Amino acid sequence: MTVELGHFALVLALALSLAQSVLPVVGARRGDVRLMETASWSAITIFLLIGVSFACLTNAYLVSDFSVSNVWENSHTLKPTLFKLTGVWGNHEGSMLLWVLILALFAAMVAVFGRNLPADLKANVLGVQAWVLAAFLAFIVTTSNPFVRLVPAPFEGKDLNPVLQDIGLAIHPPMLYLGYVGFSVTFSFAMAAMISGRIDAAWARWVRPWALAAWVFLTAGISMGSYWAYYELGWGGFWFWDPVENASFIPWLSGTALLHSALVMEKREALKVWTVLLALITFSMSLLGTFLVRSGVLTSVHAFATDPERGVFILGILVAFIGGSLFLFALRAPLLKTGGLFAPISREGALVFNNLFLTTAAASVLVGTLYPLVLEAVTGEKISVGAPFFNLTFGPLMIPLLVLVPVGPLLAWKRGDLPGALQRLYFAAGAAILASVLVAAFTSDTPVLVTLAVGLAAWVIIGSFAEIATRSGYPGVSVSTALSRLRGMPRSMWGTAFGHLGLGLTLLGVVSVSAFQQEVITKMTPGSTISVAGFELKLLGIEPRRGSNFVEDVVRMEVSGKGVTTHVIEPSKRIYTAREMPTTEAGIETYVFSQLYISPGDIEPDGSITVRVWWKPFVTLIWLGTVAMVIGGVFSLSDRRLRVGAPRTSKAKVAGAAANAQV
Amino acid sequence: MTRKQKRLAMIGGIGAVLLAAVLLVMSALRDKIVFFYTPSEIVAEGKAAPGQRVRIGGLVKEGSLVKDGGKVSFIVTDTEQDLPVTFTGILPDLFREGQGVVSEGAVQADGIFAADTVLARHDENYIPKEVADALKEKGEWRGDTQ
Repeated sequence: MTVELGHFALVLALALSLAQSVLPVVGARRGDVRLMETASWSAITIFLLIGVSFACLTNAYLVSDFSVSNVWENSHTLKPTLFKLTGVWGNHEGSMLLWVLILALFAAMVAVFGRNLPADLKANVLGVQAWVLAAFLAFIVTTSNPFVRLVPAPFEGKDLNPVLQDIGLAIHPPMLYLGYVGFSVTFSFAMAAMISGRIDAAWARWVRPWALAAWVFLTAGISMGSYWAYYELGWGGFWFWDPVENASFIPWLSGTALLHSALVMEKREALKVWTVLLALITFSMSLLGTFLVRSGVLTSVHAFATDPERGVFILGILVAFIGGSLFLFALRAPLLKTGGLFAPISREGALVFNNLFLTTAAASVLVGTLYPLVLEAVTGEKISVGAPFFNLTFGPLMIPLLVLVPVGPLLAWKRGDLPGALQRLYFAAGAAILASVLVAAFTSDTPVLVTLAVGLAAWVIIGSFAEIATRSGYPGVSVSTALSRLRGMPRSMWGTAFGHLGLGLTLLGVVSVSAFQQEVITKMTPGSTISVAGFELKLLGIEPRRGSNFVEDVVRMEVSGKGVTTHVIEPSKRIYTAREMPTTEAGIETYVFSQLYISPGDIEPDGSITVRVWWKPFVTLIWLGTVAMVIGGVFSLSDRRLRVGAPRTSKAKVAGAAANAQV
Repeated sequence: MTRKQKRLAMIGGIGAVLLAAVLLVMSALRDKIVFFYTPSEIVAEGKAAPGQRVRIGGLVKEGSLVKDGGKVSFIVTDTEQDLPVTFTGILPDLFREGQGVVSEGAVQADGIFAADTVLARHDENYIPKEVADALKEKGEWRGDTQ
């Protein structure tokens, strides 16, 4: 019964979103307040309806209702409860339902928190949001219905793909979707601005927090996905330049550009048209990502099922939204007035530089991702574009950007003082040189590029705090004065510092692992030892164990040496019984920032086993860097300027009303 | 600088970056892409020059898998031609004789394919798309797994 209720709520949400697509927009055109007001209530109602629908599906999973086809295909009575819950979105239909749930959540949040938005802007934003909602609800109801029944109901389910039964997966998709879908709000704001033909600084003040929030979630989501692939797939890699990864990375790059250009627009009223375009592009790239991942044109762990009908449907949505928004942009962009002049060497100039390189990098990743698909469609030739391509294109584009990351925040708005900014970075420059010298001195045969890259990372890491250090006045003033000045600094300054710090840390981790990791592949028998990067590893034995829905052979490996207390790492080979599917659980031990990573191979009949062991120096910095970026994003979000943005808008409205009164 | 000159400098700078990016992408597309071939295309038609990085795909021939410590060798077949492959490392969990496989590496002078990557499938119902297409061409596709 709850299953039908969920299905019914979903169809009702579709009907309501169709109404919300039209009524508020018409209301905004005619100046009809009642029509505009409908948007808020319907947005909240749609969210509740989809919430009910999602709860019904979750319930079907928790009680293992195998009369629902979706549950039967992806669940099992013996599956741990946590994974029954996360299994709801571990499949195509459920994950799309989560997608629209988050979309509806954001629309409802605009409705609730947007009380002091101009009425017509709010109506248009919610109207556009409803177009996206209606399109994806129609997609779910017609091609990906999670509530389809099975008659007769089977006794036992087929279980969830074991590699997806993991806590990382529990968090990764919701985070990623919060990011993807969060950019739908900036998209809706951009569309609304073009529909009304008006953009002002208040608009930017509204767009930036949404872009920031979406970016924070997307960063966390990508980072989770990367760490999941690292420890779960057992290959020891953190990024494969797989098309599916790129699908989330492209919106991240353009979203990062959007964050920075919105800053210029908010502070200086410049780059308006460009910011609108970036908002459109970023969400378009999120849609493209959804298409690439969900349509089955790419084969990967994410392509749960390949069904051409679904691919065509999402492609239709994609074409309609990207084409439609760009068409509207071409029509209306000339109406948007540009403002705010600035010299090339200025904060604005630095942010334009940032945008130029980020969007170019995003475009090069896009080309590398789509080229194989296009080539196969046109010539039938099959190729793959992998790390070598991206190292050659993405890499060089990042270098100038990274060099200027510490400089940008030190330049003044309008007209900056480059020598002055560089003077304040002498400490960071010293750190960079020191880091390079240390690498050259303590390692042998290190390529010059690696030495320089470590220096670059140090430059970014230390340089990210140059602005704060300068403003504290230390050592020119006493410690207590400096501290009180630090406390008084706007949160967004801390946000910038942490965001850039994270970038530097991630860079350092990537360079360190790529250049200095050590790997040993060897056959071991119980009692034998190997040494890796100064550690002694002894195979104690192989021990069978039993989990709730799997059996495993645990490889017990004793680690000693390098000043650590002797301890045991236990990687294992598992077989999930429902699907008879084997998986490898890598054994990972962290030492400060570095990790020992043990991946067991097949166990031979004579009791020997092939093991692959990596020493990964500073590998955790890759993800700690993203944590710093997220912290930076949260700092910026909590900035006073964004919190008190609302009264300022109302002031602007009052001013606008006064101006109208005078007319 | 006048405003016009400033604007020209800015547009010139942006143009230079874009041009550099286009050149980078084009040269990378020429040199760094990896073609996908079936064993027939390599053994019979000789499409891959020795040392050239390519991807191969086909079925792992039954009874061809030989393990020696970390070293593995097996034969990839599209039922017409057989291509011997060597690999050092740990095979993916779902590597099986008689099943599809995709591998990246280079053909050596002796005609043996030295693989540095053997790609995993993520679940048991999945056969690499390139392999499925290649087998369909050969009329060997049974269409039972999808």
